Amino acid sequence: MEFFLEVLVGGLLAGVMYSMVAIGFVLIYKASGVFNFAQGSMVLFGALTYVSLVERQVNPVLAFGVTLAALVLIAVLIGRLVLRPLVNRPPIVLFMATLGLSFILEGAAQLFWGAQVHGLALGIDDKPLNLAGIMISQFDIFAAATAGALVLALSLLTRRMRLGLSLRAVADDPLAALAVGVRLPRVWAIVWALAGFVSLVAGLLWGARLGVQFSLSLVVLKALPVLIIGGFSSIGGAIVGGLLIGAPEKLAEVYVGTLLGGGIENWFPYLLAMLFLLARPAGLFGEPAVERV
Amino acid sequence: MSSLQSNASVSRKPGAQPRRSSLLRLSGGALIALIALAALIAFVAVPRLSNDYWLSAILIPFLVLSLAGLGLNLVTGYAGQLSLGSAAFMSVGAYATYNLLVRAPALPLAVDLLLGGLITAAVGALFGLPSLRIKGFYLIVSTLAAQFLVEWIFTRVSWFSNNDGSGVLSAPTLSAFGLKIATPAARYLLVLSVVAVVFAMAFSLVRSELGRRWMAVRDMDTAARVIGIPVGRTKLLAFALSSFVLGIAGALWAFAYLGTVEPHGFDLNLSFQVLFIIIIGGMGSIGGNFLGAAFIVLLPILLSHAAGALASVGIEAGQLQNLQKILFGTLIIVFLIKEPDGLARLVQTARNRLRDWPLRA
Repeated sequence: MEFFLEVLVGGLLAGVMYSMVAIGFVLIYKASGVFNFAQGSMVLFGALTYVSLVERQVNPVLAFGVTLAALVLIAVLIGRLVLRPLVNRPPIVLFMATLGLSFILEGAAQLFWGAQVHGLALGIDDKPLNLAGIMISQFDIFAAATAGALVLALSLLTRRMRLGLSLRAVADDPLAALAVGVRLPRVWAIVWALAGFVSLVAGLLWGARLGVQFSLSLVVLKALPVLIIGGFSSIGGAIVGGLLIGAPEKLAEVYVGTLLGGGIENWFPYLLAMLFLLARPAGLFGEPAVERV
Repeated sequence: MSSLQSNASVSRKPGAQPRRSSLLRLSGGALIALIALAALIAFVAVPRLSNDYWLSAILIPFLVLSLAGLGLNLVTGYAGQLSLGSAAFMSVGAYATYNLLVRAPALPLAVDLLLGGLITAAVGALFGLPSLRIKGFYLIVSTLAAQFLVEWIFTRVSWFSNNDGSGVLSAPTLSAFGLKIATPAARYLLVLSVVAVVFAMAFSLVRSELGRRWMAVRDMDTAARVIGIPVGRTKLLAFALSSFVLGIAGALWAFAYLGTVEPHGFDLNLSFQVLFIIIIGGMGSIGGNFLGAAFIVLLPILLSHAAGALASVGIEAGQLQNLQKILFGTLIIVFLIKEPDGLARLVQTARNRLRDWPLRA
């Protein structure tokens, strides 16, 4: 029973890590209707830039600032060079453009910083703590707390502030938003910069656990099923989706995977997401689409 | 198969002049002469004139990737269902054909390929089932599920690899009509024949009633349903026929190009490559697949030739892969912005200009 609980809690905390990546997706999807496949590359780019700067004896806080500035610059460029010319095109075209974007970011990150694996220490040990008889990693708790703080801050931002109002206006109807004077390019830049910030935080947490390397960009594939279950347009949904994916995934790996020869982690979340979709095609918190001819 | 043939006959109806068919503007005689000339060059002149490197490193992958592009184009370009699982369906075709070759040696190669394609079509329709209920981005998940699940199954279940422990199967020597297909030239001819047949079928398929239904579903599925198109069946047929083509392409990729059958030869990267072929070549175009595939195959080769020049400016050879990635990504975005119909459209525009070139500036 204790072992079961440990696996369950470990899975839930892993799920929180998935949600961190998924939140970046949701932000961009809400504000520009773009399904941003490049989110994983942004995670890689952010973490790789940060770790390379720190390795070159740059003060960690300064390195964080510089990396963030680079991500903001990228966000502005994306708005200018990619989103603006593609405005009013079908969503599928925008998705494919982000596919191209992910190639550019991955190529650029490795061109500048090389392809070797970097270790990353954030000063929090990956030591198990004994909480009421269950062993939980200290690092996982830290990651979960960070994710919680991020979600809280982002939902405050989108619900309580003027900026959030314009974000929601753009998401609802870009043309109407333009008509009432919302500056669309600025909203794009802000949202992509925010997503860049989230992906940097996610990249640092993931990087501290797995090492900063190319495979970091593959967390995008972990975040997809999370997104499906939570719905594309809900930040809270991303967290719930992460928990709903993380726990069953680890439980299945431990209890079912051993029977099947292991390695089912790769496809199990997708299977779960698919079954889920058959019951609720718009996700748990997504808005069902209304169709008219 | 029967559905393919009946659709081919439907397409001969008069007035079936689609928007993008620049080929049909030629008169019938000129068209036949042109096709005969192209066939003569491709089947007779090319194998005699090119060396083994050209055949096995450029022409064979070019043709197989064109075929794979065609497969994806049917479901994504024509029916509008985005798929990221092309490589998975290719691997199903490769493994199905391998097992048929090994377990039923009496069957001729053409039947093996055909059955391999049909098995892949069934698998494709299975993974297309979610498209009945979900659409758009949510559908990506279903095709990605195919990608990971199929890769896992072929790695873990040893029955598919004939209980061979190594995981990497060397492809058996193929033979057709009593002749062994061992030299690059023979493999090239095999691939070329299959490609010619499948592309000919695809040309009439997209002009048939089914092809039009696909386009109607792609352009607006609610409207398609209103005018009485069975949307679900149409989507499933798109997945099945697309997977049929992808399965054959996968078998050729394993037997004629790689020479091995292994799950890692069909990873997500290959799926992306096939997707790039149709973006660059042109979505909803048959001939564009050749252009896109030529681009994908030739660009890395040109880049590695340019490596010598780049080395003198201080860029290492190891960085080439990163540069190539950046270049591909940039090209994708540029194409999506500037020419969403891809190279196929560019070629057509050039041809239209050329036709009345001396008379108009």
